[in-house]
Amino acid sequence: MFEWYYLSGILILCGINLMVVLGLSLLTGFTGLFSFGHAGFMAIGAYTSGALATMLDVPFIPAVVCGGLAAMLVSFLIGALTLNLKGDYFCIATLGFGEAMRLILNNVQFLGGARGMTGIPMKSDLTVVAIFVVIAVVFMWFLIKSRHGRNMIAIREEELASQAIGINIFKYKMMSLAISALYAGLGGALWAFYLGYINPAIFPLLKSTELTIMVIIGGLGSITGSIVGTFFLTFLPEIFRSFVEWRMVVYGAAVIAVMVLRPQGLLGGIEFSPTGIIRWVKNLPENMAAKKARKLQSKAQAGQGGE
Amino acid sequence: MTNPVLTLNNVTKRFGGLTAVGDVSFEIKEGEIFGLIGPNGAGKTTIFNLITGVYTITEGEIHFHGNGKPQLVAEADPYGTGFWNDLKRRFIFKPNKPFQIAEMGITRTFQNIRLFKKLSVYENVLTACHRSASYGLFVSFFPWKVPFTDIVLPPFKGVAAQEKALNEKTEELLKMMGLWEYKDMTAANLPYGLQRKLEIARALALDPKLLLLDEPAAGMNPEETLALVDLIKEIREKFHLTVLIIEHHMDLVMNLCDRIYVLNFGRYLAQGIPEEIQSNKDVIEAYLGKEEE
Amino acid sequence: MSVFLQQLINGLSLGSIYALMAVGYSLVYSILNFSNFAHGSVIMLGAYFGFFAMTLLPLPFVGALVIAALGCGIVAIIVERVAYKPLRKRNAPGLYFIIAAMGGSIFLENLVIATIGPTFKTYPEIFKSTAFTIGSVSINKLDLIMFLIASVSLLILVFILEKTKIGLAIRASSYSSRGATLMGVNVDRVVLVIFLIGGVLAGLAGMMFGIRFTVYPTIGVITNKSFIAAVFGGLGSLPGAVIGSVILGLVETFAAGYVASNWRDFIAFALLIFVLVIKPSGLMGKITEDKA
Repeated sequence: MFEWYYLSGILILCGINLMVVLGLSLLTGFTGLFSFGHAGFMAIGAYTSGALATMLDVPFIPAVVCGGLAAMLVSFLIGALTLNLKGDYFCIATLGFGEAMRLILNNVQFLGGARGMTGIPMKSDLTVVAIFVVIAVVFMWFLIKSRHGRNMIAIREEELASQAIGINIFKYKMMSLAISALYAGLGGALWAFYLGYINPAIFPLLKSTELTIMVIIGGLGSITGSIVGTFFLTFLPEIFRSFVEWRMVVYGAAVIAVMVLRPQGLLGGIEFSPTGIIRWVKNLPENMAAKKARKLQSKAQAGQGGE
Repeated sequence: MTNPVLTLNNVTKRFGGLTAVGDVSFEIKEGEIFGLIGPNGAGKTTIFNLITGVYTITEGEIHFHGNGKPQLVAEADPYGTGFWNDLKRRFIFKPNKPFQIAEMGITRTFQNIRLFKKLSVYENVLTACHRSASYGLFVSFFPWKVPFTDIVLPPFKGVAAQEKALNEKTEELLKMMGLWEYKDMTAANLPYGLQRKLEIARALALDPKLLLLDEPAAGMNPEETLALVDLIKEIREKFHLTVLIIEHHMDLVMNLCDRIYVLNFGRYLAQGIPEEIQSNKDVIEAYLGKEEE
Repeated sequence: MSVFLQQLINGLSLGSIYALMAVGYSLVYSILNFSNFAHGSVIMLGAYFGFFAMTLLPLPFVGALVIAALGCGIVAIIVERVAYKPLRKRNAPGLYFIIAAMGGSIFLENLVIATIGPTFKTYPEIFKSTAFTIGSVSINKLDLIMFLIASVSLLILVFILEKTKIGLAIRASSYSSRGATLMGVNVDRVVLVIFLIGGVLAGLAGMMFGIRFTVYPTIGVITNKSFIAAVFGGLGSLPGAVIGSVILGLVETFAAGYVASNWRDFIAFALLIFVLVIKPSGLMGKITEDKA
């Protein structure tokens, strides 16, 4: 059985990943833009909040919020430069941003360079992370259901048609990127306060990739899917912890398998909401009856065809 | 009925060496249904793309008069080819973007249907109604109603009221277009003819003054086409619309249009009321080929 | 002046290796329209194949080069068959390919870590650091050989693309794979061939990269820079990939020589963003206008 301390560690990690994945889900799942640079935004959040806490003695929560805002600020610059790019060009540009961020941090001695930053108070506990995550989920949920969220989804579905109905594509892509960067920054900041030390090596390209993979495995365009994907992929390597070396091999193979076997992700486009579940249960008898009727009908037709 | 709504002045579009639209001028008057016809590849859809800002025009200009005063819709691209001109075009040249033109009051449908395929019929129209609400990004984060219930949280009454209005508008549009019974269907699963109707509903959601229809009857059978004629006339009355329509069904064009402009190889061939066009020698020649003598 | 020429030569040699990598990447992009992120791992495997061929078997340099090239060609084809072919059959959107490629890359990289281990390995010294001296410039023999191998392989590739039947099929598919299918091109075979070519080039590049630097499982991260070269050359354009690679090689060496070596990679990424801002489809990429 898991030790509670160990389990709570994984849960905190899940929560932190979830913060970032939620933001990325907005960008990727709902707006249709692929980023391989979100570790860069996490790094900005982590370093900003870390620096504020260690150098200026800013308290925990304000430091975390500042970390998120700093990531958002940078995202405006990155967005202005790259959001006009198409498809894979945008992908590679964000990849470039993430790597560039890491390299900058590696070389800025003021922030500790490659050795990183130590002595950040370890204040992220399960309660704080859980509160952040719940707020994040609720806010994201209502954003998606608002007219702004609908516009983002429209952009994902069909760019030209969204323009034709008066949606300012660049503005909405920018909003989406900024909000996702805010979430990533907050996640990064919480992580810094959980680990107590940070260095550029914990924000590699692989981190960005993993985050995107979580969104996709969970299912594009589904918040509940992102939650499931995050928990699944955060726990998966932990379950295989006993054979450390092979767990990432399994992980890679699992990613390919999901893409080949169930490319829409675990919950692509399906959303589990309390009202949805109630409606589903209510309609269950009707649906069952309809299914039965259809089956009978097709059987009858098959019978006729046979005669 | 005499005020112009849209004027095209000597509009030309070249793709490299190919002239897709050459020196086209016409004027659409308020309230009329204006037909744009011509053989395949005549440049009809290109004209739509020029009006809605999808392409930039090479020469000439397009004005819109729907909002009281004339507005420049599309202007010619003043830069030539070459590296520096490309740079200038990217950073200095700011023609109206498609969304700005839609905001002015010109909306369109697409020849090869471009619905939000994975969304439901309802969501397609609801999304397009977004201009009728004004609540900002910031408030849309906050939960404005309690889940499971219809209780609206007091600080966000505005959001709730606006969302309600949007939903009512969507319902009204869908009912008018005869799509209400399909509201929960995924758009991509609709029959072809209904997809075209849904595109019209979506375009109407912005309360346009000028509606551009790109082959709305393509893929419809004769009865559906007849019903579409009535429907287009009905929405024109109801929304005080002006309609510019591209169509190949000659029955529909002749029944529906007040005036017709004929394009051939991107250039002017003829213009006039349906009767004139029907008897125009050049038009018949362009469509059927020259008679052997 | 001599420092300048020295850097120029180093830059060209590095650029030619990037070109080998970038061309394989761009070739796949031109047909299948997705970024094959597993390419970096294939390059990494090439470095290992060459290393083991030289140390365990002991084969001479040329023999090891052939082993690396063939080995990578086969690996690339296996990756295609396992991860991409099912997606191709289903006409899945490009992004699923990218994710499958990422999965493949994670799989291969960690497979190497699990079986061979994460330690750095160094090739046996093949070309004693002999150098020609022309005037005041000394040319490292290794640099010269790298440059020659890269140029010759690229010339052979150009020959294949321009003069052979399969080359014609590849070029046709890159314009429109649907059109090519209608014309009777077996796209399945075309895809097989481009992955083979890409893999062979990756093998050559990987081995030479390993000789020049060291061999370790995450080389793939560095080879990501070849993607950058391909992107700012213009995705899917082979001349673009070569030109982009040479520019990247030169910029990197000059940055290391004149600015500071630890900012070298950063400058490469900054260049990428700069090029894309000026020319969003890269230096030689096709500009596609959306058709309504």
